[in-house]
Amino acid sequence: MFDRIREKLNILADAAKYDVSCSSSGGTRKNASKGVGDSHASGICHTYTEDGRCVSLLKILLTNHCIYDCLFCVSRKSNDVRRAAFTVDEVVELTMNFYRRNYIEGLFLSSGIFKNADFTMERLLLVVKKLRLEQNYNGYIHLKTIPGASDELIKEAGLYADRMSINLEMPTEAGLKLLAPEKNHEEVIKPLAFVQQQISQFTADKKMIKHIPTFVPAGQSTQMVIGATPESDKDIMYTADTFYKNFSLKRVYYSGYVPISNDTRMPILGTQPPLLRENRLYQTDWLMRFYGFKVQEILNDANPNLDIDIDPKLSWAIRNMQHFPVDINTADYKMILRIPGIGVMSAQKIVQARKFGKLRIDQLKKIGVAYNRAKHFIVYLDSPYQLKDYQGTQIKAFILAESQSKYLKTDSNQMILF
Amino acid sequence: MTYIFDGSLQGLLTAVFEWFERKPGKVVLKSTEIFQPEAFAESATIITDPIKADRVWAGLQKKLKKEWLRKFYCSYLSEIPEAYNHLLQFALYIFQNQLGAESNYGNAHVIALAKYAKSVEREKHRMEAFIRFQKTSDGIFYAGIDPDFNVLPLISNHFKNRYADQQWVIYDLKRKYGLHYNLSTVEEITISFTNGVKKQNPASILMDDGEALYAALWKDYFKSANIVARKNTKLHLQHVPKRYWKYLTEKAIL
Repeated sequence: MFDRIREKLNILADAAKYDVSCSSSGGTRKNASKGVGDSHASGICHTYTEDGRCVSLLKILLTNHCIYDCLFCVSRKSNDVRRAAFTVDEVVELTMNFYRRNYIEGLFLSSGIFKNADFTMERLLLVVKKLRLEQNYNGYIHLKTIPGASDELIKEAGLYADRMSINLEMPTEAGLKLLAPEKNHEEVIKPLAFVQQQISQFTADKKMIKHIPTFVPAGQSTQMVIGATPESDKDIMYTADTFYKNFSLKRVYYSGYVPISNDTRMPILGTQPPLLRENRLYQTDWLMRFYGFKVQEILNDANPNLDIDIDPKLSWAIRNMQHFPVDINTADYKMILRIPGIGVMSAQKIVQARKFGKLRIDQLKKIGVAYNRAKHFIVYLDSPYQLKDYQGTQIKAFILAESQSKYLKTDSNQMILF
Repeated sequence: MTYIFDGSLQGLLTAVFEWFERKPGKVVLKSTEIFQPEAFAESATIITDPIKADRVWAGLQKKLKKEWLRKFYCSYLSEIPEAYNHLLQFALYIFQNQLGAESNYGNAHVIALAKYAKSVEREKHRMEAFIRFQKTSDGIFYAGIDPDFNVLPLISNHFKNRYADQQWVIYDLKRKYGLHYNLSTVEEITISFTNGVKKQNPASILMDDGEALYAALWKDYFKSANIVARKNTKLHLQHVPKRYWKYLTEKAIL
């Protein structure tokens, strides 16, 4: 018994780890019933694995038996791996005992498809119902929507889950067709749209009727695998942008493909996962969501891929030197946000502080501006008088020369002529 | 002029009161613990007075929004010697200026408080994340910690709301006091440990039967969730600094 549950956990946690979503934020459940658990608005990462990823939720599959044969997936039918399945009670016990010891923020439950979509979704629903109704559990629950499950089941699950997600898997339909001929984006879009429509319905009702149950209060998310198929960064981010807009997604996750298959259509085993590219995509995602950038400004036909050596914000600034230098003491908040080396917090502090007097360099440094980066793009009260007007490429060279980036060491020593 | 106070929050607030009563000009506030007499500087000892302290706190409440009162309190909890003086100067600055003066991030004391508060809130958040309860044989969930700052008062509510149906004890081993939740209220306690008891990890004989199983399962889970091909030790250490490893069940070498 002891060993069997350990073995199951090893198999089913291992199979679930390629789903990168681990956020536990946005929950609104309060422990009103004096049971166990409440949600923390910003989420809590309880630990981090050795690859530096956050562990917030107990992320497991109910089973890794699957009827599908998607090439990019470790649980595909044709793959020779050990298979296991949890019982409903085992998942409930594990969740409760981990939660009570403050190991986790909640449960992330996904599953391989066994028999059919509805059969699988019903099992997932059983777990969440048992947690909420029998165990009086108010912690976080992230539930996978199973593509093809009936609307009734999805709707019922939404009453107990905090977040639901369903993965796009590949950034474009063509890429998906290549690796998983049995699947298509339509299958993902349908439930995403359904849950989205239910969320807005419940929110609208809530305005009129006070005591209405919450429906997926932390919203929906999705995930794309990066680097398994030859899409450009532009393809990826345009898809993400469309999904953010059309389905009010809370997050889109980008998962660098970790080779798990010998198939020749994909990067071979032992290839390094594209970690840096993944990082640049997340930076772009943040620029779109928190910095007021339009995706077309960062990626377009002239620049279909993100620079690897510098971040997308700096890259945009260098391409658009006509907007700089920006006067810290007069420019509006939106423009200050666009200065490389100034983040959201610093920008807010600057806007508040300058009401009390014009800002000088020492104050900017204390506020938290990354001065070595920002100095090329700003004017402040005591800025040195500058005769020379530098080109974007020169500024890039200055910044790279000073930067301590770990990525630089692998970069070539390309000479810069201008 | 040096003001010396006893290190309590009330003492600190009394110092603010005294300054306005005597208007001694420029002062530096130090706690008795770190005060060293200087040859050419005058000093005055502040005698903590709860009534004066309350008046100052009420005054601050009128001048500051909740967010900044919390920053003030957090900076105090940092127990950093220089923070006390910044707190005094900040309070003087707030009382001497119009409403809203706290958003002047160009002011050295404002920015200092913002920074202290940030460190303390980060430590508080880390405790909410890194505390690992062990279920003892009498059903109480126990965790021993020694945080950088005195964050127990800040985390009390979080754990009370979250674990409303289980008894728990969080004990600050460095400051030698702890919190006990008895299913209705949280009380401050001190424990006199018997010599030889491992305070972080009490002997397994004192533990609930299921404890070893779930600790093992959690360690297994932690290992399984790692993707070896993505190994990034630098990032790992950045998120989980080594000084916290002693709390973490998944990091225990057993």
